[in-house]
Amino acid sequence: MSVAEAFEKARSEGRAVLVGYLPAGFPDVEGGIDALLTMVEAGCDVIEVGVPYTDPVMDGPTIQAAAQQALDRGFRIADVFRTVEAVAATGTPTVVMTYWNPVERYGVDRFAQDLAAAGGAGLITPDLTPDYAPEWIGAADKRDLDKIFLVAPSSTDARIASTVAASRGFVYATAVMGVTGARASTSDLAGPLVERTKRAASAHDLPVGVGLGVSNGEQAAEVASYADAVIVGSAFVRALLEHPEDREAGLAALRSLTEDLAQGVRRRA
Amino acid sequence: MTDLTTSPAGAVTTVERGRFDADEHGWFGEPGLFGGRFMPEALVAALDELTEAWQDAMADPTFVGEFDQVLREYAGLPSPLFHARRLSDMVGCRVLLKREDLNHTGAHKIRNVIGQALLTKRMGKKRVIAETGAGQHGVASATAAAYFGLDCTVYMGAVDTRRQALNVARMQLLGATVVPVESGSATLKDAINEALRDWVASVDHTAYLFGTAAGPHPFPSMVRDFVRGTGDEARAQCLEQYGVLPDAIGACVGGGSNAIGLFTAFLDDPEVEVYGFEAAGDGVDTPRHAATIHAGESGVLHGARTYVLQDEDGQTKESHSISAGLDYPGVGPQHAQLAHSGRATYVPVTDAEAMEAFALLARTEGIIPAIESAHAIAGGLRVAERLAAEKGPDATILLNLSGRGDKDMGTAIEYFGLGEADGRQPQPQGAAAQGVQA
Repeated sequence: MSVAEAFEKARSEGRAVLVGYLPAGFPDVEGGIDALLTMVEAGCDVIEVGVPYTDPVMDGPTIQAAAQQALDRGFRIADVFRTVEAVAATGTPTVVMTYWNPVERYGVDRFAQDLAAAGGAGLITPDLTPDYAPEWIGAADKRDLDKIFLVAPSSTDARIASTVAASRGFVYATAVMGVTGARASTSDLAGPLVERTKRAASAHDLPVGVGLGVSNGEQAAEVASYADAVIVGSAFVRALLEHPEDREAGLAALRSLTEDLAQGVRRRA
Repeated sequence: MTDLTTSPAGAVTTVERGRFDADEHGWFGEPGLFGGRFMPEALVAALDELTEAWQDAMADPTFVGEFDQVLREYAGLPSPLFHARRLSDMVGCRVLLKREDLNHTGAHKIRNVIGQALLTKRMGKKRVIAETGAGQHGVASATAAAYFGLDCTVYMGAVDTRRQALNVARMQLLGATVVPVESGSATLKDAINEALRDWVASVDHTAYLFGTAAGPHPFPSMVRDFVRGTGDEARAQCLEQYGVLPDAIGACVGGGSNAIGLFTAFLDDPEVEVYGFEAAGDGVDTPRHAATIHAGESGVLHGARTYVLQDEDGQTKESHSISAGLDYPGVGPQHAQLAHSGRATYVPVTDAEAMEAFALLARTEGIIPAIESAHAIAGGLRVAERLAAEKGPDATILLNLSGRGDKDMGTAIEYFGLGEADGRQPQPQGAAAQGVQA
């Protein structure tokens, strides 16, 4: 299934898409694959596999800690493709989220080629905006991969329009001004941003996903009332971080969190 | 003698783009190679706003005049150009030192922070954040914040807060909040990461006073504009005092702000050789160095495409230098371009060579340099010996003495075993030193 088809399916069911994130190699490569497969089974519609990176300027302490743990245990870029391959084999669309330098170092076209070969659907690029992405856009188009760029509350309407025009799959709205991390309350910046983005995206028939620190079904339902997808990362990472010595307990926590969120995106509070 | 007609603010009113300037996207030289802006979308609006404010300010005589006045009356600029006679005798040609160590707060960095703080006020923001390695940029930022009445938070690697406790105290005394950064390697690059994380969340009321001529557009160009007074002054002083341009100029390069500050005025003088001296730590053939241009490869770090010390997966490697201010695994993109084009030559200088020059300058000229600047002295004297051999005693080399060494006394005490009055002295080694002692 492609990312577009996952959104189509959710739309036909009158609900939002649940996108779940974990960094590859966390807690280790096999453990990370098990965790992502659990999230797929329990109701994630799209999976985001993160690339651990030494200088993650957009990430808060939770994801930083997970990425650091993966790096400390010897994470390599090849592990991302292995992870993508295992998850994509379930038929769930799987995208990679990565800071730019690891892709650049690997070779942009080579990365696109290996991602496509692993069954990956596309790339989310938090520190690469379309105006600096000609090489990636070319490689993605050549390999039929989704290009998921970000918009933010500070984006001008003109930048939202150009970002939407360059994106494929969905547009990622970072609906708080700040780093990643679970938040107690949802942001009042999210609604207006999604509205502005949807206005630009409707001409391209492009869905809008929102990431803003959602950590439970209630918040997911609230976001699902105005967004096409609810993106959850830190809360999943935290579920695993809270059970460092007990893999089964970590997976159980992940499963119940996913189920709660999956119900949330179906409630549309 | 210092030419008091020289403007410390330099020729910053030039708004036309020269061949060494970045284009509107921040590319130096061929578009796509070095520079650019690899940043989260959340910060793009702020970077656009900053670009506009900086360009507008640079074209405004009131802003440039105020910048000049503050540098003159508060920071003690222009700094003198000093003929180091005993060093000159030693190497056989004229060695000139641009005395940025005499500036308020003890380094070239005051130029940058006064410029950026003035711009912050002009933009109506009330809070500044900064990263710091050794603490010099943090102290300069805290100083400028105190002077202009701004709130100031400084991010500093936890390893560095322990290495540089004195500078932490200085910042605190100046009213800044110092936040120790424990993530990653807990050094300068992680302090930059944490400052960027703060900025993403605070950008509507906060300015990021970036400490070097690196990072996303417009920082490499804007910082260059604020520090280029070093070279503008030095070029005018050299012509006035000696009637010639130097045969060569040189500066140490970490991120590269003092170097680009010196180089800019001379780039259009093809007869002037330009040298940057990188920190080679234990040696560029070991894993412990910070010689980014010499040993790094093209990549993206902290918002710019430049040379980066990285592994084969694109993960940033930890750098090492005895000098905290050069201990950075990236380098400003304009330096990458100057190296690529061949206009400047970048040469590695080891910890041991730098410490030898540190002791040498103290004993021959009565100047204790920052260890950063000691890299420029060490590398510069090697160039000077070649110039003397090729061109004779009238050859001139001009080196940027970018900062003073008070902050480095802890390192020096440990390195040379000083501090106990046991009759011992640090002994500069090597053939060059023999000439001085003779």
